[in-house]
Amino acid sequence: MSFPFTKYSKIYYIFSGMLMAASIATLIVFGLKFGIEFTGGSKMELEFTEIRPSNEEIAKSLEQFGLGEIIIQPTGEKGAILQLKGIDEETHQKALAELNALSDVEEKSFQFIGPSVGNELKNKTLIAITLALLAITAYIAFAFRKVSRPVASWKYGVTSLIALVHDIIIPLGVFAVLGKYYNVEITIPIVAALMTIIGFSVHDTIVIFDRIRENILRRGMGDFPQTVDGSLSQTLGRSISTVFTTLLVMIFIFFFGGETLKNFSLALIIGIAAGAYSSIFIAGPLLVTWRNWDEKRAK
Amino acid sequence: MRVVAFTIITMQQKYWIFLGIAMLAVLAGNFAYPNYFNQSADFLNAKFGWQVPHFWDQPYVLGLDLQGGVNLVYQADLSATEDKAEAMQGLRDVIERRVNLFGVSEPVVQIQGEDRLVVELPGVKDVAEAIEMIGQTPYLEFDEQRAEAESQQILDKIQEVQEAQAAGKDIATVKDWELALQNPYFKPTELTGKYLAKTSVVFDQTTFKPQIQLNFNAEGAKLFEEITARNIQKPLAIYLDGASIIDTTGDGIIDGNDIYAPIIQDKISGGTAVITGNMSPVTASDISRRLNSGALPVKIGSPISQETVGPTLGAVSLQKSLWAGVYGLLAVVLFMVIIYRLPGLIASVALLVYVAVVLSIFKLVPVTLTLAGIGGFILSIGMAVDANILIFARMKEEILQGKSLPASIAEGFGRAWPSIRDSNLNSLIVCAILFIFSTSFIKGFALTLALGIVVSMFSAIFVTRILLMVIMGPRMEKYKWLL
Repeated sequence: MSFPFTKYSKIYYIFSGMLMAASIATLIVFGLKFGIEFTGGSKMELEFTEIRPSNEEIAKSLEQFGLGEIIIQPTGEKGAILQLKGIDEETHQKALAELNALSDVEEKSFQFIGPSVGNELKNKTLIAITLALLAITAYIAFAFRKVSRPVASWKYGVTSLIALVHDIIIPLGVFAVLGKYYNVEITIPIVAALMTIIGFSVHDTIVIFDRIRENILRRGMGDFPQTVDGSLSQTLGRSISTVFTTLLVMIFIFFFGGETLKNFSLALIIGIAAGAYSSIFIAGPLLVTWRNWDEKRAK
Repeated sequence: MRVVAFTIITMQQKYWIFLGIAMLAVLAGNFAYPNYFNQSADFLNAKFGWQVPHFWDQPYVLGLDLQGGVNLVYQADLSATEDKAEAMQGLRDVIERRVNLFGVSEPVVQIQGEDRLVVELPGVKDVAEAIEMIGQTPYLEFDEQRAEAESQQILDKIQEVQEAQAAGKDIATVKDWELALQNPYFKPTELTGKYLAKTSVVFDQTTFKPQIQLNFNAEGAKLFEEITARNIQKPLAIYLDGASIIDTTGDGIIDGNDIYAPIIQDKISGGTAVITGNMSPVTASDISRRLNSGALPVKIGSPISQETVGPTLGAVSLQKSLWAGVYGLLAVVLFMVIIYRLPGLIASVALLVYVAVVLSIFKLVPVTLTLAGIGGFILSIGMAVDANILIFARMKEEILQGKSLPASIAEGFGRAWPSIRDSNLNSLIVCAILFIFSTSFIKGFALTLALGIVVSMFSAIFVTRILLMVIMGPRMEKYKWLL
């Protein structure tokens, strides 16, 4: 007995298409807010011991250094994050002394990133993500080389690539919105999370494809949509379980983990959930849709 | 490729392997977290007067973001340098010598790419001073011996100052107290690194022993001739950044007791000199490289990136994240036991083995743990049971088809293997790409994740399988509801 998954392909495509379109729209309209490791500049994380001065007071006390625009973001009860243009250690110490005069302050962290370093990191990140996507596509095309009929093995690769793009566009869209309204930045840990999503969300796709491969090799081609439906039904339970255990630990990190891991785990939660959806409702059905296309064209 | 190797394991071997795994688990568990063992040992020692030793305690290596400190990246100006790799080695060496003076535990000085230098100073207090000291141009000087009377005068002054200090007096009350700050045996000459053109290691034509050849520029040649002329049969001490150029006492640290001072044999004209002596080629090239870094100083200026983390931020995050990890682990165990019952329990035991083994490897390698790395590790806890889920789901399918228990177990492992292999290989590929194309921060993350994947294959497949084989004998046919 199996659920006729592929019968409703259109609904999944429309749902995913809408999510992707919304994500791309937010990416275009809001853009991503990159952290200073990508843009260059300085960032001070402060914790005032008694009272936090107002943003105006902080900005005024640093005016003398001619730092241009300073973004001041209050955190917690007495904390603040200051983002400003790149400053050397001397100016940094002077600025800190000035702030200390304003109100007793402890500096929790200070970052300075030169402009060349930021650009370099941006390029490297883009290369890494592209390479990872291509490597996975190639790997899947290779791993499924024995099932060239009724769908060529490279199409398994391309299908999983489409699912993967889906899985990273959606969290990126969410982060564009979070960046716009909550100042959430794309930092190095977020990039690490995106790369992990790429690596992990293909796991379920592989399990499903592997079952399709096994069913074809065992029972012959038969009716391809039915084979895909059967394979999806047989693997549904384990797909949900594997994703659930991973989500479980990430949810604990999100709610109870350190501040710095919050956005990291959020990106993973969104990406892995999107990955679970795309493995079941996009990757498998796309194989059938593609085959139907090819058949129509052949006629 | 299927996992068939297991089927040839005999009954007896099975128990031996089981014993081996149990021992590994106990060792790794105590190594990863020796507190319980040590507390029990203390308790027993106190109660019965025994001498149970503590477990081997090796600390985890924490990254800067967790223990506080500063990470500095410098871009070296190599435009005037021919041998860039050698110049970078020299620079690294010079900076390392300076950084060791800060007295921080385990400073790191690393060359990154072609012309970058990464300096990490855990727990350093005065970052501004550190940056100032690192950024200075290396200073090489050649010092001649003082006359005996002069030496004695300084030594007396040092003693006088020390006595004043012991008596609790302000040292500034001692007349000419500044004299005590000077090196009692050597005094600087006009000859410094800027007069040295190049240094290289050459080998003696007849003895084949390594020698260090110094080439001075025209001005330097003149100065060197004067200095050698007035110091025949006397030592000429060489200092880099005010410290000996090499560890002469062989105690591993360069301090005031180390003086590198070749004896001048004769007046040397022409600007070329060789230092001979019984030294290994390694020592010779160390000395030569340090002379060169003083002769052709590489400028690094101010850091192109800096990251300073206060000591409190990391500790709080670490504590919170570790507890989140513990809750996550318990939740996964609970889920596995509820959904997969007995096999789920076995997978949970394997998961605990996994956690102990990975943590032990972190300590042994050692892997520098950053917060992202710990995030990656906790994530891998959720992923480590995935292979078990795939295997157990397959086992259930086979049992439902009416196969015997051992056959179902074998099929479960065999059939699930291709997808486990493919998924994990995929993740390893991504880890490799992350490792190659990124900063040290992500490298740590990629490494912990990759390590997790490899160890989880061992725990989820091998350990689970052995446990299943030991526990699920033919008698288990009666208790199929447990599966």
